[in-house]
Amino acid sequence: MSATLLEINGLRKAYPGVVANDDVSFSVGESEVHALLGENGAGKSTLVKMVYGLVRPDEGQMSFAGRTYAPGSPHEARRTGIAMVFQHFSLFEALDVAENVALGMETPPPMHELANNIREVSETYGLPLDPGRLVGELSAGERQRVEIIRCLLQDPKLLIMDEPTSVLTPQEVDILFETLRKLQTEGTSILYISHKLEEIRALCDGATILRLGKVTGTCDPREKSARELAELMVGTELATPAVRDHELGDVALALNKLSVASTNPFGTTLKDLSLEVRKGEVLGIGGVAGNGQDELLVALSGEVLSDPGAVRMHGEAIGGFGPNQRRAMGLLAAPEERLGHAAAPDMSLVENAALSGWVRLGIVNRGFIDWGKARGYAEAVIKEFDVRTPGSGNAARSLSGGNLQKFVIGREIMQKPEVLVVNQPTWGVDASAAASIRQALLDLAAEGAAVVVISQDLDELMEISTRFAALNEGRLSEPRDAAGLTIDEIGLMLGGAHGMEVAHV
Amino acid sequence: MDFGSINPVLLIASLMVASTPILLAAMGELMVEKSGVLNLGVEGMMIVGAISGFIVAVETGSPALGFVAAAAGATVMALLFAVLTQVFLSNQVATGLGLTLFGLGVSSLMGQGYVGIRPPASPRMEFFGLSDLPVVGPIVFNQHPMVYVSLALVAGVWWYFRSTRSGLILRAVGESHEAAHALGYSVLGTRFAAIAFGGACAGLGGAFLSLVIVPQWTEGMTAGRGWIALAIVVFASWRAWRVLLGAYLFGGVTVLQLNLQAAGIAIPVELLSMSPYLITILVLVIISSDKRRAAASAPASLGRPFHASS
Repeated sequence: MSATLLEINGLRKAYPGVVANDDVSFSVGESEVHALLGENGAGKSTLVKMVYGLVRPDEGQMSFAGRTYAPGSPHEARRTGIAMVFQHFSLFEALDVAENVALGMETPPPMHELANNIREVSETYGLPLDPGRLVGELSAGERQRVEIIRCLLQDPKLLIMDEPTSVLTPQEVDILFETLRKLQTEGTSILYISHKLEEIRALCDGATILRLGKVTGTCDPREKSARELAELMVGTELATPAVRDHELGDVALALNKLSVASTNPFGTTLKDLSLEVRKGEVLGIGGVAGNGQDELLVALSGEVLSDPGAVRMHGEAIGGFGPNQRRAMGLLAAPEERLGHAAAPDMSLVENAALSGWVRLGIVNRGFIDWGKARGYAEAVIKEFDVRTPGSGNAARSLSGGNLQKFVIGREIMQKPEVLVVNQPTWGVDASAAASIRQALLDLAAEGAAVVVISQDLDELMEISTRFAALNEGRLSEPRDAAGLTIDEIGLMLGGAHGMEVAHV
Repeated sequence: MDFGSINPVLLIASLMVASTPILLAAMGELMVEKSGVLNLGVEGMMIVGAISGFIVAVETGSPALGFVAAAAGATVMALLFAVLTQVFLSNQVATGLGLTLFGLGVSSLMGQGYVGIRPPASPRMEFFGLSDLPVVGPIVFNQHPMVYVSLALVAGVWWYFRSTRSGLILRAVGESHEAAHALGYSVLGTRFAAIAFGGACAGLGGAFLSLVIVPQWTEGMTAGRGWIALAIVVFASWRAWRVLLGAYLFGGVTVLQLNLQAAGIAIPVELLSMSPYLITILVLVIISSDKRRAAASAPASLGRPFHASS
């Protein structure tokens, strides 16, 4: 390739207590697709926020197209020719597509003209989009198209993409890659952030690997194996969870035509879900975000009630039972949102442990809490699941996302459930901790519990599932044996490409 | 029902007057809530506006200067709220309630020497004989200037949200402050401006009460109108034209029930007095009864504190 477009030299950014980036240097060439690779918390997001002008570096310089570049705000970055697709979408649900696009542009044309531009560009790149629709009604994949089109309309020289594929089906990923390659041939450079190694090997020309805020290597990802990249990224060898052989037992949990309306105005309604989970089985439920995962979890945990017969445990109709009754019977759940759903943010770990464990563990005696028992239980979870915290009296909010995740999952597993339902059990958890959570789920199944794992991480589901089913727009596919399923088949189960097409030009 | 002595033309003309304070305050609060801030201090800002305007109008003899001072006085109150909630991140509900209590207290202190005085009269508009037309004359062409200002404000706010970039940014900030921040828009700046605008509107509403409707200064004279304005914004699903509808409905029923009382109709006075509150809330509740839609039209960041993490 050719001249350098973006050059980063010795960037450093420290927050109280953490150095997010330390002496980071790398460069992106013109029409290069450059990967920024690293674990959660390696400092990738902080780094691109500095490039996009959202965060000011403490030290170091950047240059863009040969000139010194020190953006004071995203406006300046956009004027320079840098556009960014955010990991957690920077979209407004109650505004329509055109308004969302206008907000991401420096000098948007009048609305009707913009609507035409959106139609035109979305056709050209095979990302069909109706400018008049509310973003809140769009699927995750469509939302991402909004973000991408917002960037494309500004003819960026550098496009930053922060984990763009985490919410896409495999087919949608292929189409996204086509679009990106097309942009590359048109002369756009792309800074691509991800921790998915195969994607990076397929797409990128160069890679910079970050670990704990520092650059640990630069390489050509096409010449390295995924394993070598992973070791650069994680720094240690990775253990693959081991499946123990065991017999499946009777049906523990059965759904029979479960239909539940969502309580969220932009949520997904569950339609006619039927499935059976047997003792000792791990049922993996895949799906792109926003296809009914949250609704399924709350319907199983008992937060939302349904027809009594629609949910059965050991044959007993429990659809009308609330969470505590279900807990008493041995059905436990760990929702995706850690702060505010799985855990009360401002309460201590002891209190959080007691809140979920009192039903099964006898922590409450005649209406009084046995704090000694509660503390003992919280400390057992902390020890067993290697939760890094100064003590069990700390507030849930003070823990990092990954550590709190270990705590809320561990809290349920250690209550010895007969049926456990988890949603996104390893979201935001580093690779070694994720492996230990998966191992714990497998061990639980081996001891005879039925486990339902709802996740958007297909690799995770393939690793631990006995059978696999997909949620798509509130409907559940027929579960299939996980062994032997290919990524293409899974993609089709997830709803295929959701109407996306390959770029036309 | 016997309307006997009630003249419908005068009823409409006077309901527009009676509704104007609430309409002004509610339009201000609409702007504030659209930006994602819940300011429960409308009542306090209104009454500070009422006394500030009253004092300046009495001292200078100019009602116009009085209105300017009312807007300024209430804006000071609003900025106090803005600094506390946006910079020091105090709780918006508690701060808003405190602002109302503070406003009631400080206004009665300011008004010590002004009880029982009549402010300078502020004339109605005259449109070269148009005002003498039957029916339309009294309703359309013979109102106080602030009535026209309040109606222009409704149209202006509606147009601002619908067609301007700045209105779009304000809605975006109210919808998701994290996303707006990520795109580089100033959440604090937008919210300060909205809160100040809301204060100025509430102040104008208060002054319209003390200078035009009553016209006199009495302690606590806003008598809950600020709270009604708040309720109207919510039940109007944050839409400008529905706020107008709600405010006029409230004013209309207020005037009507006063007329009915005067006509000596055989309904207990207590029932008549509560009727404006009941009917306004009831009608707006029915309009906004579609739960999913109502949840979707509420600014999603309403009342949530924002602190830039970086």
